[in-house]
Amino acid sequence: MNKLGLIIKREYLTRVTRRSFILATLLTPLAFALFFVIVGVIFSYESDDSKRIAIIDEGNMLEKKMRDENNLFFKFVDTELDILKKNFDDFDYDGILVIPPIKDIMTKDHTVYYYSDKQPTLDVETLIRSRVRNSIRNYKIDQLELQRDQLEAINTKISLEPEPINESGEDASKITGAIAAVIGGVMGMIMYMTVFIYGMMVMRSVMEEKTNRIVEVMISSVKPFQLMLGKIIGVGAVGLTQVAIWAILIPSIGFLVQIIFGFNSSPNMPLPTEGAEINPDDAQAMAAMVLAELQSQDWLMILPLFILYFLGGYFLYSSLFAAVGSAMGDDLGEGQALTIPITIPVILAFYIMFVAIQAPNSSLAVFSSIFPLFSPIVMPARLAFGPPIWEVLLSVAVLIGTSIFFVWLSGRIYRVGILMYGKKVSIKELGKWMFYKD
Amino acid sequence: MNILQLENVQKAYEKHIAVNDVSFNVPKGSIFGLLGPNGAGKTSLIRIITTITRADVGQVYLDGEKLNSRHPEQIGYMPEERGLYKKMKVGDHLMYLAQLKGLSKIKAKEEITYWFKKFDIEDWWDKKVEELSKGMQQKIQFIATVIHRPKLLILDEPFSGLDPINTNLIKDEIDELHQNGTSIIFSTHRMEQVEEICEHIVLINQGKNILEGKVKDIKNQYKKNLFQIDFEGNLPNDIHSFATVKDQKKNAIVLQLQEGQDSNKILRHLLDKGIIIHAFNEILPSLNEIFIRQVEEQNNQI
Repeated sequence: MNKLGLIIKREYLTRVTRRSFILATLLTPLAFALFFVIVGVIFSYESDDSKRIAIIDEGNMLEKKMRDENNLFFKFVDTELDILKKNFDDFDYDGILVIPPIKDIMTKDHTVYYYSDKQPTLDVETLIRSRVRNSIRNYKIDQLELQRDQLEAINTKISLEPEPINESGEDASKITGAIAAVIGGVMGMIMYMTVFIYGMMVMRSVMEEKTNRIVEVMISSVKPFQLMLGKIIGVGAVGLTQVAIWAILIPSIGFLVQIIFGFNSSPNMPLPTEGAEINPDDAQAMAAMVLAELQSQDWLMILPLFILYFLGGYFLYSSLFAAVGSAMGDDLGEGQALTIPITIPVILAFYIMFVAIQAPNSSLAVFSSIFPLFSPIVMPARLAFGPPIWEVLLSVAVLIGTSIFFVWLSGRIYRVGILMYGKKVSIKELGKWMFYKD
Repeated sequence: MNILQLENVQKAYEKHIAVNDVSFNVPKGSIFGLLGPNGAGKTSLIRIITTITRADVGQVYLDGEKLNSRHPEQIGYMPEERGLYKKMKVGDHLMYLAQLKGLSKIKAKEEITYWFKKFDIEDWWDKKVEELSKGMQQKIQFIATVIHRPKLLILDEPFSGLDPINTNLIKDEIDELHQNGTSIIFSTHRMEQVEEICEHIVLINQGKNILEGKVKDIKNQYKKNLFQIDFEGNLPNDIHSFATVKDQKKNAIVLQLQEGQDSNKILRHLLDKGIIIHAFNEILPSLNEIFIRQVEEQNNQI
């Protein structure tokens, strides 16, 4: 086995066999699962608490109609409020809902009262408000003698259907933009995190070797460049392994959680909006549309490109981190200033990514997805929007070229840095090292 | 035959000249001392020899061949600042370093087993490096340096941080390697060790080679014809006509002879006078003295 291979193997194996790696890799998805379980339990717990609610409807606006829901049981009563309040405990109600009659039919505000020794929970309040609102609406319609179907006709549902100019162009459905934004956001996010996590890992490892003084032993056997490259590739492989394991574990654990606990892993929060109940048919149609949209994405192009950008971005940034790590002394804090020039473009790219999701063809997005310091984060975010082929090709070519150049450049700094002790190094000095002779 | 030849080697870092026109030869199979005060350029020279860096000017030959990228496998280098991967197991660590030196897996395992047996540390294979004491780690360092049976061994301050027992252990190993024909470069500023171990030396100061040769020859070259005589009896008064008395105690005297004077003559004269001689030694200058004198002389010139 050649030396580079040996180095990669060691860098990889010592990391993936470390207990902390195994724990982090396995526990992170479990932590996600646990989080969802806990959130789910919290939300389902509330609805376990059954309530009996008495309704006093003096104007009979609800016409004694109020469906029981989940653990809420409604009962219309004719008893006086005062008597009910006095004997609240004997009646065994949890709350009393008082609906005063509407005096002016044209009023837009109406207050109902809820008597209880406890605050109504958010979901109860939402449900009551929406039910009463609908009932009063019906009551008003009847009182005003309006035609129900005419009223319905007033509300026109508008949907915007994007159509291509050319006959041959792809027909995008109305949710294409949203789905692409989600895919892009997730990809950009993964890129951002991996560049930081594994780039920092490379930097720390280089620093350790230097402060350990193992590095001088190593470079009497191998070239500094081999050592650096081996480390970058080894750690990169560790990163791919971890991401791959997560990619498999997180969805499967999520799936298991859904089956075992029987609730949605993304609990739909009862939103306190005034909107009417969502038509279940609509929700189903929506899900089908999302699924179809996901399937219609050109994954065969997106995924390999994603991996390409992952590798390009990783090599580019981790080599810079390696160079900075080599220049650092024993003191992590002292060298922190050196990492700033590297972290700034990463963070900038992260923010540009959000712009790129909203306006994937804006000039900022186009420029940033070609500029190699930004492209590993910005371009993956644009991929789902189907950017022009020439932009992708150009961006990939520029990225690969720049990565190779940066690895080489960092190697030149690294070979000087790892042998330099007891000196506080400035960025300017790093620049000088590049031009040192061997 | 020389294992290592340096010809007019020069190396500069920015404005600082680390190695300035240094030439010397290391004879094959010798123990060679590379001496010099701190910052003299020893480490820079070693880094050139071990191909870590390259000379700006000049040539280096290993075993008659111009230095090339295959040579690190024939050199064993133990740097002054040395360390190990703390989290690795001792056995795995040595396997790794041995394979990087070009040994096959099987051969590497064989060699490690040999050394473990030799140092009686066979149960260390699965220990983590961080579990070992500093002295134990030094042993591992040494094994790592010699595991590929290098032609040329370069030891930079090999005894720094070693306790006397481990120092002796390593000394014995160096001796044994020397017996087996390994050429050894020994870099240090500790002169008493050099005198004890080295046959040849080169003295470097401020990047320049200021003294080179066999230890015996150098000592002779710098001797001042001083003799110490331990005796019993009364010294004759005419001793002053033979030599200058440098120091006199009750039963010992230090004499300096004139150039060309015969030490036997004094000895015979004293014996004739009926003085009992217990010892008659020539005082050779210690390398330490020569070292300090030479370094100071050169520093004063500048």
